[in-house]
Amino acid sequence: MQILRTLVVDDELGMRLGIQKALSRFKMQLPEVEEEIGFVVEMAESAEEAIEKINAGRPDILLLDYKLPSMSGLDLLEQINVQESEMVTIMVTAYASLETAITAIKKGAFDFLAKPFEPDELRKSVKKAAQNLILARQVRRLEQEKHQVRFQFISVLGHELKSPLNAIEGYLNIIHERVAGSDLKAYDQMVDRSIVRIQGMKKMIADLLDLTRIESGQKKREIGACDLRALAQTAIETALPAANERGIVIELLADEPVVMSADASEIEIVLNNLISNAVKYNRDSGKVRITLKKDAELVKVSVSDTGIGMNAEESAVLFKEFVRIKNDKTRHISGSGLGLSIVKKIAALYNGDVTVTSQPDVGTTFNVHLHSAENRPSESA
Amino acid sequence: MNTARKILLVDDDIDFLAQMQTRLKALQYEVITAEGQKEAETILADTKPDLAILDLMMEQVDGGFALAYHLKQKYPDVPVILCTAVASETGIEFDAATAEERAWIKADVFLPKPVRFEQLVREMERLLKDKT
Repeated sequence: MQILRTLVVDDELGMRLGIQKALSRFKMQLPEVEEEIGFVVEMAESAEEAIEKINAGRPDILLLDYKLPSMSGLDLLEQINVQESEMVTIMVTAYASLETAITAIKKGAFDFLAKPFEPDELRKSVKKAAQNLILARQVRRLEQEKHQVRFQFISVLGHELKSPLNAIEGYLNIIHERVAGSDLKAYDQMVDRSIVRIQGMKKMIADLLDLTRIESGQKKREIGACDLRALAQTAIETALPAANERGIVIELLADEPVVMSADASEIEIVLNNLISNAVKYNRDSGKVRITLKKDAELVKVSVSDTGIGMNAEESAVLFKEFVRIKNDKTRHISGSGLGLSIVKKIAALYNGDVTVTSQPDVGTTFNVHLHSAENRPSESA
Repeated sequence: MNTARKILLVDDDIDFLAQMQTRLKALQYEVITAEGQKEAETILADTKPDLAILDLMMEQVDGGFALAYHLKQKYPDVPVILCTAVASETGIEFDAATAEERAWIKADVFLPKPVRFEQLVREMERLLKDKT
């Protein structure tokens, strides 16, 4: 059970005891929280005592009399500066007027209860206040989690961008200091490696921009009829130079055009990522097979390779950002670590998903399922 | 200056490997490189270096530790410098300060990455001098 600390501030003993009696056995349930919620009631008979108690440890709910001997409840509210997610205040008064109610709410009171009141009225007001408090706390917790994820992403990104820069700087310093003497071939190799690292970095930045564009939803999606077979053919042409270099054959199995309603640039990203991966992680003289099928409204894209494969542990983390499978076999293969997390996010835009099956040293198959994009107002806005 | 002291350099970052190799060669060291624990173990099977510089984080998280351990078992007198980015990446501090720790970790010196070349050379020269 979750217990909410409630502080009753009133100079009348009868009122304090009455409230305590009304709340001490009161239990409530909220759909947002699994546990039952109960109340423990503490009391203060003056504003000074109340301030002391509040400063010693914030109660969750404050039941505050409007008219206290040395200062008004409003003055007390002004003296304690609390966040909504920390404490909610219910102002209690016999001198109910619209004006005092408005002032109290302006100064941070959540609700207003006019004396005399029935225990049920009190409990109703307390329940509302508790609900408000718990929701505010949940919102704050979610925001903190989001903040945390963002922070982690930026810190990993910083590291991923720093490492090519370190490498390039290292080469430039060696070239600048002529450390390799008159061995021009050695300098050529350093320039070549620097270019490779710069290209890797550019690819990572391009992927990163794709990712943020998809996530922010700011890019206007251009939904239209797309032929996946034609898009796949273009993606194959892009991958062909790298494939030819290593004797890898790419085949496309689609008897007829596979048309769906989609943003062509998003489908291109999916196909390019999967096909270039299937080439990169293949063995020499391997095979890449792309199958496109339309099953009623569901479009199925499958990309298989005969490459190095992965074990179950590696497959499980594959779609996370900046995850690159590191082992002896992948060490010389470059990548941003973002491609598959982008594929996954795009699949989600089409109400679909991407799954992987793989066997070490046999090969890997990615299956993407996509539904036609509807021109919903949120997407065309 | 040393006359062709044999240095084993192990790191999975091929750019770091190439750069260190170039710089050490310029100082007249003979450099043998390996990109991972396995490759290094193969080299060690028939080659005894005068000194080894190992990266802590190879494909297995503790690849450098295991390699240092095996190296010291086979050639107890070969000094080992362990380079590590661990401190900056995870906040874990390693130090081979006490004799007890050195006995367990099997490295003579720990250097944080990015490695300052001048510092690396200073440590190498000190360890090679101690040895002779």
